[in-house]
Amino acid sequence: MDRPSAKRHETSEGQDGALIRFANVSKRFSLEGGEMTAVSDVSLDVRGGEIITLVGPSGCGKSTLLNMTAGLFQPSEGTVFYEGKVLSGLNLQVGYMTQSDHLLPWRTVFGNIVAPLEIRRMGKAAARERVESLLETVGLQGFGGSYPNQISGGMRKRTALARLLAYDPQTLLMDEPFGALDALLRLRLQVELRILARRLKKTVLFVTHDLEEAVALGDRCAVFSARPGRIISIVTIPLPEDRDLMQLRYNADFTRTCADLWSLLSSELARSGT
Amino acid sequence: MKIAALRLLVLVLLLGIWEFASGRLVSAFFISKPSSIGAKFWSILIDGTLLRNMGITASEAVTGFIVGGLAGAIVGLALGRSVTLAKVFDPFITAFYSMPKVALAPLFILWFGVDFQMRVLFTAVIVFFLVFLNTYTGVRNVSRELMTVFRLMGARESHLARMVVVPSAITWVFAGLRLSVPYALIGAIVAEIMAGNSGLGYMVEHAAAQFDTSGVFAALLGVMILALALNLAVKLLERVLMPWRDAGEQREVTV
Repeated sequence: MDRPSAKRHETSEGQDGALIRFANVSKRFSLEGGEMTAVSDVSLDVRGGEIITLVGPSGCGKSTLLNMTAGLFQPSEGTVFYEGKVLSGLNLQVGYMTQSDHLLPWRTVFGNIVAPLEIRRMGKAAARERVESLLETVGLQGFGGSYPNQISGGMRKRTALARLLAYDPQTLLMDEPFGALDALLRLRLQVELRILARRLKKTVLFVTHDLEEAVALGDRCAVFSARPGRIISIVTIPLPEDRDLMQLRYNADFTRTCADLWSLLSSELARSGT
Repeated sequence: MKIAALRLLVLVLLLGIWEFASGRLVSAFFISKPSSIGAKFWSILIDGTLLRNMGITASEAVTGFIVGGLAGAIVGLALGRSVTLAKVFDPFITAFYSMPKVALAPLFILWFGVDFQMRVLFTAVIVFFLVFLNTYTGVRNVSRELMTVFRLMGARESHLARMVVVPSAITWVFAGLRLSVPYALIGAIVAEIMAGNSGLGYMVEHAAAQFDTSGVFAALLGVMILALALNLAVKLLERVLMPWRDAGEQREVTV
């Protein structure tokens, strides 16, 4: 099971090709007045470098899966493997990005992006250089000195994305990161995310409730049932690697896949309709 | 510009009514009148009594402010970070907080006499509780999600404290400090009224004891000026220590 950690990056996949493996994972939370099952018997293999989108009705435990991947808590049943090892404790190979950008308001854009590098004790000059290049990557040149409350929501998201890329985690956990943005900005960030993830060979787990986003971004899409969340289908997205996100709305495969996902989900919604 | 003119008009009107009413509608013995208050204020200003006493009150309030503020911020941070300590101390803090601190003054006089030291300590206690409580709630309210995001970056407790907790506590410390300004003055002045032979509070009390209404009002004017100055000082300090606050105000306002 144990691999020498120095070789981790070359052998980023487990013995059988899965970077992240959920094996019959269930998670129950005890609430006041009873128990709540968030996810039930979920099995999913995520290959290194793959972008998996997770869709499903709200409260179906998609975020719970991300939290378990980050090692924030353990499954009640089943096991989460990361690089072939059973996850216990915080998983420092992942970076987390949620709907709220979690920037430090008292730090400038530069200060926010450099924070993870400070934690890693990177030298000042090297850190500065890295942040400058990241600012360029996410299209924020010239905004390094602004405070988060001086810039727009989209720029804050870019800052959060740059911070995420700064410490170069192997896996990106994204929980509706573009949820609150307008359609155009969202599209632009989706384009950037896909390009960056591919170029930097990131594995991405991306939770969304937007089916088009799920199809546009994902290599595969896991469709969840209503609570307790089970995976009802894993759809391989029939779009090319180098898809042009800007033109997708006229792509027949894209529209058909969205429609397929919708029929899967709508029957699920009808079933659970309370 | 227009607002400033209107403000001036209101001020002149109020003073005019006061001047007119005094001696005609209400005895000048009780409400004095602006002209004699002005004259009195001028005379205590040029003979130095006002500035000397104001200086005494200011140094009491400021020293108490600094001592109480620092202690409040430190204890607030410590208790905010430790769940166990917080649970143990919670009822005591609530009990103490709900008590009007002015009621402690006689005890402080008994313990520390009537001089500078007592007045500073009294002010410090009042400021302490306000700053402490604000800092404490602030630290407790640091978003756990934010902390998790940083933990996943590999941040240890020391990083979290330095990068997240302390800076976010500063916001709350200042909320407490801003709230404390009038209370610090209350502390200093109540202490002077009860047990002083100097300071603005003593001037108020001394003038009132001699039925010198103009003197009372002139001293109160001094208190008001001091309060404005302290408020301004806190605001300036805030601007220096929290530049990001200011930055937000330059943004265009949207609904």
